[in-house]
Amino acid sequence: MEAVVDELPVILQAFWLTVKLTVVSGVISLVWGTVLAAMRVSPLPVLRGAGTVYVNILRNTPLTLVIVFCGLGLGTVMDVQFSADDLSVDNFWLSTIGLSAYTSAFVCEVLRSGINTVPIGQAEAARSIGLTFPQTLRLVVLPQAVRAVVAPLGSLLIALTKNTTVAAAIGVAEAALRMKNLFDAHGSDIIPIFLGFAVGFLVLTLPVGLLFGWLARRVAVAR
Amino acid sequence: MTDTGGSAPLVRLEGVNKHFGPLHVLKDVDLSVGRGEVVVVIGPSGGGKSTLCRVVNRLETIDSGTITFDGRELPAEGRALARLRSEVGMVFQSFNLFSHKTILENVTLGPTRVRKVPRQQAERRGMELLERVGIASQAGKHPAQLSGGQQQRVAIARALAMDPKMILFDEPTSALDPEMVQEVLDVMTGLARDGMTMMVVTHEMGFARRAADRVVFMADGQIVEEGVPAEFFTRPASERARDFLSKILSH
Repeated sequence: MEAVVDELPVILQAFWLTVKLTVVSGVISLVWGTVLAAMRVSPLPVLRGAGTVYVNILRNTPLTLVIVFCGLGLGTVMDVQFSADDLSVDNFWLSTIGLSAYTSAFVCEVLRSGINTVPIGQAEAARSIGLTFPQTLRLVVLPQAVRAVVAPLGSLLIALTKNTTVAAAIGVAEAALRMKNLFDAHGSDIIPIFLGFAVGFLVLTLPVGLLFGWLARRVAVAR
Repeated sequence: MTDTGGSAPLVRLEGVNKHFGPLHVLKDVDLSVGRGEVVVVIGPSGGGKSTLCRVVNRLETIDSGTITFDGRELPAEGRALARLRSEVGMVFQSFNLFSHKTILENVTLGPTRVRKVPRQQAERRGMELLERVGIASQAGKHPAQLSGGQQQRVAIARALAMDPKMILFDEPTSALDPEMVQEVLDVMTGLARDGMTMMVVTHEMGFARRAADRVVFMADGQIVEEGVPAEFFTRPASERARDFLSKILSH
């Protein structure tokens, strides 16, 4: 137990990085996932095809592979850099790219199932007043689709929070990597340290679930 | 009014064919609608009436034939098609008001986004139109809070807000409770009287008699017969139309 108290600053710092990874990847995933969903329902076969291929590859590849590819493939081999001298900045952004690329495939599919809950007549009415396809999607279909899938999007955010631990694989000092380091330093306190980190994740994820559940009820569209 | 004068008809369908899989829903359909004319399409269910209505603004594509609107062939897709649709209002059987928007927003969305009318101006005009269909007091509500008859009147206001050259009505009263049919028909009769070009698919024979310039009788994907209402309802020329009318009017 002492180890947890003594190392609290380190633990909090690690969780702060977890939060940053989650928030940044979450925002990028939402934007990119929406673009992918738009591609997959678009009338242009080329866009539909590209969206389908992307989603099926990323959704069916283990996240560890995606993140290691970003770290080694993009970072080491292709020498993608985000900072001239700070490796931890590079690794943060490389793992963010991996997390976003992966999570956006799931966001896309959740949004697509939301789009399927919007009656076809809504899009027909939008088209018949002269809205273009992008306008129909943005102004009529997506706002209703998102309202229908707020709760599943919350689940994705929870999954993303936990998935940030995979960034440890390329040396990002988030919670999981710090936990492993603390195990090495305080061998006799493994259980308390483990419980401390587990509680840390619950503190992050439980409110997210509650918030999205509440939000889902609030924004539901009456038909 | 069947005579469209010297001017070209607003809509002209020539040799239009449409299939849904093995089903031949429109068979070599020829039809013109003149400016200011009110054409009511009647006939048995499954006869292709709704499809006929929906091909005019290309919510359904056609397999062969040509459709011209205002002298130009219907554009296939993209912005040109969107522009055409903004000139052809459409009122659906199931209203299809935008569920996540207020009544006033339903009416102003098209003008502000398609025509780029300033918001205040669109809202002023929107309120005038809601006033005209008798829903102004509900402007801040959402569609689900309104009765079917009210929703359909809002849908008509939404179509009018685009200042369309024509409005298509696809069974506008079929989903309504009986006591709400009249309020919608009253609004439509008013429009007809004001000279709006209308194509109306309906089972309301009273409306057809009262408001139509021409009745088109459709069955099995073909236009079987057309004529002025007085003529058609009293002396239908075809066996098929006589049979249809006897079934719906005799009791």
